Amino acid sequence: MKNPGLKGLAVMVAVTLGVAGCGKKDDAAGAGGPEDPVLNVYNWSDYISDNAIGDFETATGIQVTYDTYDSNEILETKLLAGNTGYDIVVPSASPFLARQIKAGVYMPLDKSKLPNLANMDPDIMARVTPQDPDNTYAVPYLWGTTGIGYNPEKVKEVLGTDTIDSWATIFEPENAAKLAKCGLVMLDAPSEVFSSALIYLGRYPSNESEEALNAVQDLLLKVKPHVRYFDSSRYIEDLATGEICVALGWSGDVFQARDRGAEAESPVTIAYSIPKEGALMWFDMLAIPADAKHPDNAHQFINYLMKPEVIAPITNYVVYANANAASFDLIDEETRNDPNVYPTPEIKAKLFGLVTESDEYARLSNRAWTTVKTGQ
Amino acid sequence: MRPVVAGRWAVISLPYLWLLLFFLVPFVIVFKISLSDIRLGMPPYQPMLQWVEAQMVSIQINLGNYAFLFEDPLYRNAYLHSLSTAAVSTFLCLLIGYPMAYGIARTDKSWRNLLLMLVMLPFWTSFLLRVYAWIGILKNNGLINNLLMGMGLIDQPIVMLQTDFAVYIGIVYSYLPFMVLPLYATLEKQDITLLEAAADLGCHPVRAFLAITLPLSMPGVVAGSLLVFIPAVGEFVIPALLGGPDTLMIGKVLWNEFFQNRDWPVASAVAIAMLLLLVVPIMLFQLAQGRQAGGHP
Repeated sequence: MKNPGLKGLAVMVAVTLGVAGCGKKDDAAGAGGPEDPVLNVYNWSDYISDNAIGDFETATGIQVTYDTYDSNEILETKLLAGNTGYDIVVPSASPFLARQIKAGVYMPLDKSKLPNLANMDPDIMARVTPQDPDNTYAVPYLWGTTGIGYNPEKVKEVLGTDTIDSWATIFEPENAAKLAKCGLVMLDAPSEVFSSALIYLGRYPSNESEEALNAVQDLLLKVKPHVRYFDSSRYIEDLATGEICVALGWSGDVFQARDRGAEAESPVTIAYSIPKEGALMWFDMLAIPADAKHPDNAHQFINYLMKPEVIAPITNYVVYANANAASFDLIDEETRNDPNVYPTPEIKAKLFGLVTESDEYARLSNRAWTTVKTGQ
Repeated sequence: MRPVVAGRWAVISLPYLWLLLFFLVPFVIVFKISLSDIRLGMPPYQPMLQWVEAQMVSIQINLGNYAFLFEDPLYRNAYLHSLSTAAVSTFLCLLIGYPMAYGIARTDKSWRNLLLMLVMLPFWTSFLLRVYAWIGILKNNGLINNLLMGMGLIDQPIVMLQTDFAVYIGIVYSYLPFMVLPLYATLEKQDITLLEAAADLGCHPVRAFLAITLPLSMPGVVAGSLLVFIPAVGEFVIPALLGGPDTLMIGKVLWNEFFQNRDWPVASAVAIAMLLLLVVPIMLFQLAQGRQAGGHP
């Protein structure tokens, strides 16, 4: 480990000399110190617009390697093993970011390198402080809700109605049995499915009550025979092609399915519902691992993503709300006025943050999840 | 004589060194993790050795992870289901693979290479892509259902994907070449004159097959079965992609421990237990085979 350090030092000297030699340089390059012009980003699949990365590369000369994952668990395991080689990761605030901060995974952000923080929505910044006090380690990227995505036409065939407005549609066994005919699926994310079921039972947050956990486990065990699969990425495509008709899923994913379905040869209509009982609201956060090799480039990237003209097209494309107040007017009207993307204050009042669980409860909850999925 | 002996030792020790490096060392690391305790940190388990004072090392060994495997019936059931899935798949592979290998071994020499080539051809594409292709074939608006519905044989699609049926198809399809190739190797070497002699002496072809061909091809049957059975027990990709939520296999349980519970120690204990479960019966089997062959005085 000594040699790269020395090499880094040598490069730094050269850069300092270079700057002294030609006088001034613009401040974008000033942020990038002695690092190679490289940035390794690990983000969720289907979670950025096509040109955002290319534009960043053109503007800064930094070469971006962009990898994707579809579950917080995979990201977390890599981070805990260390030496991921990634400079930017995008964990969900609760419980993942909170737990990873405690495990010492991240470096504190240097806010002097993030002037665009001024663009952020103070309300959202405040909502993530329970997980990240004083916004020390992370900046919100996008946020959304966990609700029900469905195909109104097919749902009408089996249920007789083409609107879904309650969790009862998927959590009551007799409804689920009917939906099984056209395909009911759920996220493979225990804390989110359990929390949604607890919201339906009116018992959220349950304060880690084992009795409440047993109640949702029993509820889900009755529904499970009618669930075709539990998966956190496959349902986008399957909703869009009509392979399934109802998914307990993430808002933006359902909107992407809606857009793909509308563009298909034989168009498929997809709708999204935040049930009347309420739903989960979650935040995905940009953070820099403590062992990142290119922290300056990572800061540049985070600052870049906080530009209104950059984040607005991303929201337009992936249809997840961002936390950038300054970008609001740049977002497509239909997205910005869609209460399913940017909820009205009345809906927002029914949205719950995901509670960060203790390790012991998380194990119980994961075990209950295995029971639900396998009957064991 | 001396250089020859040294050379022989070099040739023998090289593969052993290789095994030592790439099997034993990772095994020891996994075994070590299986004896530690979970913690919140990087890495997410307690170090086994800790310097207490200048000359004192404290060693902490936690056997609780193994005890835990016995407490929760989930692990036992997952092991059993993995074993039975692998056994059924191996049997199906044998059922399909034996006639294939027999056929190839008995065709004209000029055709054999072409037929063998066809057996191996699927390896030219990625394993993952081939499993994904089965999704396209089996899903509700996939190839089979569309064909059957187009012909008017059914009016509701048959649910085949995300069932145990799909898992069997995936495993048998993926591992069939591993059964066919060793079977072919033994069948091809067999002396046909033995069968001719049997026929001359009035033996019925079926009896000749049971009395001569089958026993002589047993080494191929055993090799092929082991090559299919062992990887099938620990299979993760096929049940994850083709199986349903209740397809409980040990690979998936291990994944859950590792990724969902972040419990590396229990995940390691599951892995070690699986290894013992496989290695011990195979070693006993080898030992029995060795005795039967009369290899030992």
